[in-house]
Amino acid sequence: MSDRLGVRPKMSLLTRFRSDAGPGNLKRTLTAISLRIAQTLPVLIGVVLISFVLTRALPGDPAAYFAGVLADEASIAETRERLGLDRSVFEQFLLYAGDLLRGDLGISLNTGQPVLTDLAERLPASLELTLTALIISCLIAVPLGVWAAVRQGSWVDHLCRVLVTAGVSLPTFFTGILLIYIFYYVLGWAPSPLGRLDFIYLSPPHVTGFYLIDSLIAGDTETFFAAARQLALPAITLALFTLAPIARMTRAAMLSALSSDYIRTARAAGLTPRTVRYRYALGNALLPVVTTLGMVFSFVLGANVLVEKVFAWPGIGSYAVEALVASDYAAVQGFVLAMAVLFVLLNLVIDLSYALIDPRIGFGAK
Amino acid sequence: MSDVAIPRQQSRWAHIAYVLRDNPVTLVAFSMFAFLVLSAVFGPALVPYDPLATNAANALQPPNWQHWFGTDSLGRDVFSRVIVATRLDLTISVAAVALSFVIGGVLGAIAGYWGGWWDAILNRLFDTIMAFPLFVLAMGIVAALGNTVENIIYATAIINIPFYARVVRAEVNIRREAGFVQSARLAGNSHIRVVAFHIFPNALPPMMVQVSLNLGWAILNAAGLSFIGLGVRPPTPEWGIMVAEGANFIVSGQWWVALFPGLWLMLAVFTFNLMGDGLRDLVDPRRRT
Repeated sequence: MSDRLGVRPKMSLLTRFRSDAGPGNLKRTLTAISLRIAQTLPVLIGVVLISFVLTRALPGDPAAYFAGVLADEASIAETRERLGLDRSVFEQFLLYAGDLLRGDLGISLNTGQPVLTDLAERLPASLELTLTALIISCLIAVPLGVWAAVRQGSWVDHLCRVLVTAGVSLPTFFTGILLIYIFYYVLGWAPSPLGRLDFIYLSPPHVTGFYLIDSLIAGDTETFFAAARQLALPAITLALFTLAPIARMTRAAMLSALSSDYIRTARAAGLTPRTVRYRYALGNALLPVVTTLGMVFSFVLGANVLVEKVFAWPGIGSYAVEALVASDYAAVQGFVLAMAVLFVLLNLVIDLSYALIDPRIGFGAK
Repeated sequence: MSDVAIPRQQSRWAHIAYVLRDNPVTLVAFSMFAFLVLSAVFGPALVPYDPLATNAANALQPPNWQHWFGTDSLGRDVFSRVIVATRLDLTISVAAVALSFVIGGVLGAIAGYWGGWWDAILNRLFDTIMAFPLFVLAMGIVAALGNTVENIIYATAIINIPFYARVVRAEVNIRREAGFVQSARLAGNSHIRVVAFHIFPNALPPMMVQVSLNLGWAILNAAGLSFIGLGVRPPTPEWGIMVAEGANFIVSGQWWVALFPGLWLMLAVFTFNLMGDGLRDLVDPRRRT
């Protein structure tokens, strides 16, 4: 037991000195970026492999399934040949990967449209919800975490701890239902939880697919507020869920920054507490918080499915749920794959922005 | 840092008592855990009503003395259903976590001890699993394997394996060349024996913390899957399904149908998370928050 306490190296990147910015630095950053992009490739291949395995794991005979309910022997055999199911597994994988490269995710049985079209149509709704939720939650969680760390042990700190533990314990679908009960049924503040816009409004002309932005572009403030009212409850539900990890990470990062040597030096040099806290400590503490956002995205993309179902939000999450209920496998697998690719790319962007924010981070060392 | 260093000579029990005194919340968490386990074991025998018995004349009653948590749209007693559901929900999460504990432990030990190709391949595999949003991957797995309770357990286990494997891999790896390992090898123990009986026990404390935190996630995950209609089928009492059924009545004001199963679900997850924090305090005082 006791040997565990001393051996671990301290994970303190922050106490290292800033590397000097020279002409070689840009080149090193570019190499680091291309290396990081290259690291994404095996993961993407792995993602495609797993989703291929999921496709082939369909219960029963996939050919019989894809041929439809009314299929006879001949049409099943024809489907088998058309899908390449009579070839070797390796060839099947190549065919599958080729289809993916061409953007062919199959046809959804529910809507009769290509899955890719469906997903593209519904993606803006999900993104609008997710991004609004993340913005709300960052606006609350980061100041809360900073405050809790600065006044460690005070009531703010305890409040933060309770919120954090309660927040990760909340089932998102349950919070959503609770909010609907309070704000729709009891108080009557929120509109009925059915989709992005009440039926009396027309959706704004399509530019970005985000109703809030599109209605502003069209100069239609009435629709803007209607859309914002519809968006409020689902976004708050998701935000409550993501509050916890962000606040927790901010607090921990702030604490470790505040107890480090350079802060002691800055204090000893006579800088005001304000400068020390917000310029030096927070500046360094934000980096691990940005990394946490990657993990938070994983949770959010999952929680999205549940929240969209609760609020009848017409995003890709509720699309997947409808597909699941109808055993529409092509749609489900397209959704899983799309989410994974989205998530991998998001993490890539986060890592790259991290390298650009902080010149000390080099990926080459890995 | 306000952490108090604990003198080495204190016994383990004194240390546990110290941590519990310092943090009464942990004690509360362990009591709530005991309550959940008791209701899972004895609940089905003790509840006042049959959780499946419908009674149309008695539908959608608000909470009263006969029905503490009210009745649902088919006149079933919500209290009985909530308590009976504890067993199924705990079974799913415990089974899933046990599976990922065993598989993750073995794979992590292989990667950490033998290293090389094994390490590289297993790490890529875990990276790939983690590259999926985990709930979404679970949905995909259940959809592909078929819509049953067992498959919910497998899906939850698969998405949790990387967490255990990573912990074990790190713990095994730093001890691979340790003195006690080398002396165990010199004494004639086989590699497998060294890994299983000399190195692996050192990874148990951090794994227990992971188990407790994971149980919370596993319950949330399973309840979320049944909420969207996967896995457990009605009329089986299960918290996620009950919340889903109650959701239809929330807009007309019948709050009790969804509230109580949701509260119990929250309580269970909260308990496991608090226990995880408490266990971490016991296991690793340096990481205390």
